[in-house]
Amino acid sequence: MITPRKRMRRPPSTLGAFVTKELHHILRDRQTLAILLLMPLVQVLLFGYALRTDIRDLRVAVVDPTPDVATQRLRTRLAATARFRLVTVSPTTKVLPELFQRRTADVAIVLPTSFASTLGRGDTAQVLLVTDASDPNTGTTMQVYVRSVLADFERELEGARPRAGAPIIGIASRMRFNPTLESANLFVPGLIALVLTLVSALMTAISLSREKELGTLEVLLVSPLRPWQIIVGKVVPYLVLGFAITCLVLTAARIAFHVPLRGSVTLLLAESVLFTIVSLSLGVLVAARTSSQRAAMLGALVGTMMPTALLSGMIFPITSMPGWLQPVTRIVPARWFIVIARGIMLKGIGIEYLWRETAVLAGMALLLLVAATRSFHAHLD
Amino acid sequence: MTGSARGDRSIEVDGLTRRFGTFTAVDAISFDVAQGEVFGFLGANGAGKTTAIRMLIGLLAPTAGSARVAGYDVATQAEMVKRNIGYMSQRFSLYEDLTVRENITLYGGIYGLSDEAIEKRTAELVDRLDLRDDVDTRVKSIPLGWKQKLAFSVAVLHDPKVVFLDEPTGGVDPITRRQFWELIYTTAAAGTTVFVTTHYMDEAEYCDRVSIMVDGRIVALGTPSELKAQYEARTIDDVFVRLARAGNAA
Repeated sequence: MITPRKRMRRPPSTLGAFVTKELHHILRDRQTLAILLLMPLVQVLLFGYALRTDIRDLRVAVVDPTPDVATQRLRTRLAATARFRLVTVSPTTKVLPELFQRRTADVAIVLPTSFASTLGRGDTAQVLLVTDASDPNTGTTMQVYVRSVLADFERELEGARPRAGAPIIGIASRMRFNPTLESANLFVPGLIALVLTLVSALMTAISLSREKELGTLEVLLVSPLRPWQIIVGKVVPYLVLGFAITCLVLTAARIAFHVPLRGSVTLLLAESVLFTIVSLSLGVLVAARTSSQRAAMLGALVGTMMPTALLSGMIFPITSMPGWLQPVTRIVPARWFIVIARGIMLKGIGIEYLWRETAVLAGMALLLLVAATRSFHAHLD
Repeated sequence: MTGSARGDRSIEVDGLTRRFGTFTAVDAISFDVAQGEVFGFLGANGAGKTTAIRMLIGLLAPTAGSARVAGYDVATQAEMVKRNIGYMSQRFSLYEDLTVRENITLYGGIYGLSDEAIEKRTAELVDRLDLRDDVDTRVKSIPLGWKQKLAFSVAVLHDPKVVFLDEPTGGVDPITRRQFWELIYTTAAAGTTVFVTTHYMDEAEYCDRVSIMVDGRIVALGTPSELKAQYEARTIDDVFVRLARAGNAA
């Protein structure tokens, strides 16, 4: 046990000198720095295009059993829409399974018989929308597009509407291949979590275990620096770097994909810092318990990156995980952060709805910081 | 024994023991080192030298016995011990991707020197080591011998009462080792106690006193000439080989 009899005041330069040195390390290792800064941007672009929410060249099949003036007008309208390409017009639904299986059509619009006369009577014309939802996100988006074209068409008919009240066109829709749809446009919050985990947990683990491997850590421990000061000195630069990268990702996502940020930016950034602290502590824990850079890297990948990618709900919705796995996700910090980030960015909600998740993260941060400092102290012998 | 250092004793070790499970790495060693003395701490690999040093510099808690370094108990006042010692490990302790000046500034800052003091020491240090032209060169591109002299100078930058050198001259040429020992003498003459481990037995001859550790115990302790006389040996190397062999045979 260390029980200093007398605590001398140390000038602030002690920790400052250490942080400066850490910044030098980061700035001098240009290759790593370039990777750290560019990778999130590349990921934003990759994720953005892979999970593109605006779809061009949507292939539309129309089933029109009884062509007439009204169906003709609708078809012209569809063909004139820039995003759509009318691939086939068929009198029967029999062709549809094959069209979808061959992937020659993304969406089919099944019009009722005697469309024009139904509309003329002022009755509701039932239209069926069939969508290839093997990718649920694009499936939803495609439906939204077609619905909006139909809505425009409806508005066009408004003037000639003989009977008020009843809707002009009733749309029934069917999602093929995946009836339970999960919402889209969620990749940016997940991406921030992933990148922050990478920068903070992985990089801290590597940088700390490198000092362990080189023997410089021993020299630091023999110095008057206390273990917590070494940890703070190690993590502060990565905290700053993580903050910068978060801003970078948000800006890139906004410029390239118009990802919304409806809530408070300050709150989002504050929550990001909290999440970074959790990840950093994990990184320190990993470094304290491993003896080489390689082991620390593997440990950080398996211990932090994988859970963040797989168990946070970032890609795979937690609700569709097996029952026994769902409670496990509660210990994954990113799970809570993603709920927070999605809430702020997409729903525009504030701390009044997110305090529970924030409290969980804060608790984790506190617990892990204490554990990391202790572990760091205990595993050096 | 409380309070400050007793007179001129920089290191006082009494029955210091460290066990790992059933293995006793350091077995009740006792010795004193006077202020300004150059004390050689010899022993074969695995004899327990590193464990003993780690206890003396406050990195490892003793299982039994006590040790006071610079007047502070290593078990209960490790923080004060750390503030009053310098340490140069056998592994290279400077940061290769930082410049000479940045390394000096870092350690100066860690030991709480003021900016002016750091600036002054840096100037003195590069002058003494003839590193003026390389002060803004990254450490990785200066020769090993200079790196070691620099590492030593950085370890005593804050004028510690005791400096621990753990195999400081590994892998350098005899001339550089010679220069290194000149630095050690200068430091000791200024009043800093030097506690050094080495594999080079010619270096042991440079020490004021040496101890030889075998299997966790100190089996010989004295000035180089005393030991040579005692074991009727021509060199410390002979003394060492005889003792180490006896230890291995036992």
